[in-house]
Amino acid sequence: MADPSKPKPNLDHPTFGLVKGSFPGKTFRATEFRGQSTLIVEPADLHAVMEFLKEGGGYNFLSDVIGIDYQNYPSPVIGRFAVVYNLVCFDRDDRFFVKVFLDPSIPTAGIEEDPALWLDSVTDLWPGAEWTEREVFDMFGIRFRNHPDLRRILTWEDYPAHPLRKDYPLRGRGEREAYKVVDRSDT
Amino acid sequence: MPFTLRPDQGLDVDAESTAYLRGHVDTGDRWVLNFGPQHPATHTTLRLVLELDGERIARCTPHIGYLHSGFEKLGEHLDYNQYVTIVSRMDYLSPIHNDITWHGAVERLFDIGITPRCKAVRTILNELARIQNHLLCVGAAGLDLGAFTAFLYCFNPREKIYDIMDYVFGQRFHPDGTRVGGMMQDIPDDGVFARMVRSFLHDDLEQAVRDCEILLNRNRIFIERTRGIGHLSKEDAIAWSISGPMARASGVRRDLRKDMPYLCYQDNWDGQGAEAVKFQVPVSEGGDAYARFLVRVEEIKQSIRIIDQLIDNIPKGPMDAFVDSKVVKPPKRDVYGSIEGLIQHFELIMTNRGWKAPIGEAYGWNEGPNGEQGFYIVADGSPRPWRVKTRPACFINYSVMQKLTEGHMLADIVAILGSINIVAAELDR
Repeated sequence: MADPSKPKPNLDHPTFGLVKGSFPGKTFRATEFRGQSTLIVEPADLHAVMEFLKEGGGYNFLSDVIGIDYQNYPSPVIGRFAVVYNLVCFDRDDRFFVKVFLDPSIPTAGIEEDPALWLDSVTDLWPGAEWTEREVFDMFGIRFRNHPDLRRILTWEDYPAHPLRKDYPLRGRGEREAYKVVDRSDT
Repeated sequence: MPFTLRPDQGLDVDAESTAYLRGHVDTGDRWVLNFGPQHPATHTTLRLVLELDGERIARCTPHIGYLHSGFEKLGEHLDYNQYVTIVSRMDYLSPIHNDITWHGAVERLFDIGITPRCKAVRTILNELARIQNHLLCVGAAGLDLGAFTAFLYCFNPREKIYDIMDYVFGQRFHPDGTRVGGMMQDIPDDGVFARMVRSFLHDDLEQAVRDCEILLNRNRIFIERTRGIGHLSKEDAIAWSISGPMARASGVRRDLRKDMPYLCYQDNWDGQGAEAVKFQVPVSEGGDAYARFLVRVEEIKQSIRIIDQLIDNIPKGPMDAFVDSKVVKPPKRDVYGSIEGLIQHFELIMTNRGWKAPIGEAYGWNEGPNGEQGFYIVADGSPRPWRVKTRPACFINYSVMQKLTEGHMLADIVAILGSINIVAAELDR
């Protein structure tokens, strides 16, 4: 479903070639929109690519980690969930995005651990990813291997959903009404 | 919220290299103190679980989310103009810069170039927001350490900024002033606006900053409470994704206004060869709470300089960009005076019409008062964004809190909290 009004992405960002040359035999996808280049990597290659971008690509600053749910997105995408890493190179003042797609293996309404929704944490490369990864876990239920302290951050531990998933309704599922009230007579 | 207590482990900081810990004997006798969620020094709602050895902090575990209200979920159900009322409530110390960041990101997504007049006005408002935010932060840093006078001297001129917002937008606190491709309305009168801003800068603000410097810069109590407290090295600041005045106080020479310029921080912003506004980026090598205070005061002075360059040279012409794509709301006189304007207005306001958004993703940024603020927008072609992710400067700056506090005394918590300038509404969103 190619949109004729959408311009062809301009894929001449030098980092694309750099990554491709350093990881022969691996498959990468690349995209560009409004001058911002995104490299799409396989989940298994994520940590190696990020390490390479930090050490060899000069991207010394991890600005943000972004979770996205593409359920029923009108344009074709290659996975249900995506995690986007917003990288900045101080020397070249260059912003570069790395994206990973993930598909769940179990229904996504609850908070059960899904073995398919795991990624390698980048906290060993950028400790600043600690809270941003926790937020992605909290909001989308994507877990990170080797994360030092993977707890929910904005909602509480037993909140029965990951609220930014698209199958979670805007007004919730009655958590507020059903929440146990603790008054003095209980204690 | 559960937390783990690990009394068998010693202090996380390196006792050999941290001067602050010299002479400290680890007694191994630990007790736990809940700091917050409601405490005057936390300003809003946040909680720290402190594991203490006497009064020495052995471990500090921040818990946030008490003000979480699902801003990003709401963003998926409001259109590109409506969501400005939500983002404005993120960093509420200076609401207007949130609006500027949000619509800057939307305009990047839609590929709309805004008019020179709009750029100049947004730049002035962005700098007023920076002054507004820094004044409160600097004043509150004094307040938390017992210097009540400095707080009042700083808080007073903020009132004048509210008066300016009131004049421009008709709303004091949350003007929600930007719209896609322009502003909510044009400035009623350039001359009055310029007079108000100049009077604020030169009659009130400069004196307040001077007073504040006299009260605090060489104040022995203030210096002893802040110097060497909450030290963050340059390498750590970069590794922990710290941005804004906090990073600059640690010697990181980064300012998005210089490094990835936009609005009037960019050369040729009016299309006729105008130079970027001139200002300097204050950087300190101190890395402690005192250095953060000094950097913020210096940034206020640089903001005055930026506004002075623009306030008398606001370009004439239309405020709103004109584009055919029907995403910019028409001026009110067209809505009431012409059928095309009326139709365009209704096309945008009716929930099932208008908004020919692209299918794509874009990230727009702004150097906010606390650091890099940005929005990553995923658009699906419909009137409402598919996903909006905020890059909240406070949230990411605060993630280093644990590292900053460990090894310090209990009383230093408020000095460190004040120097990071946490706005819990942006922290939790």
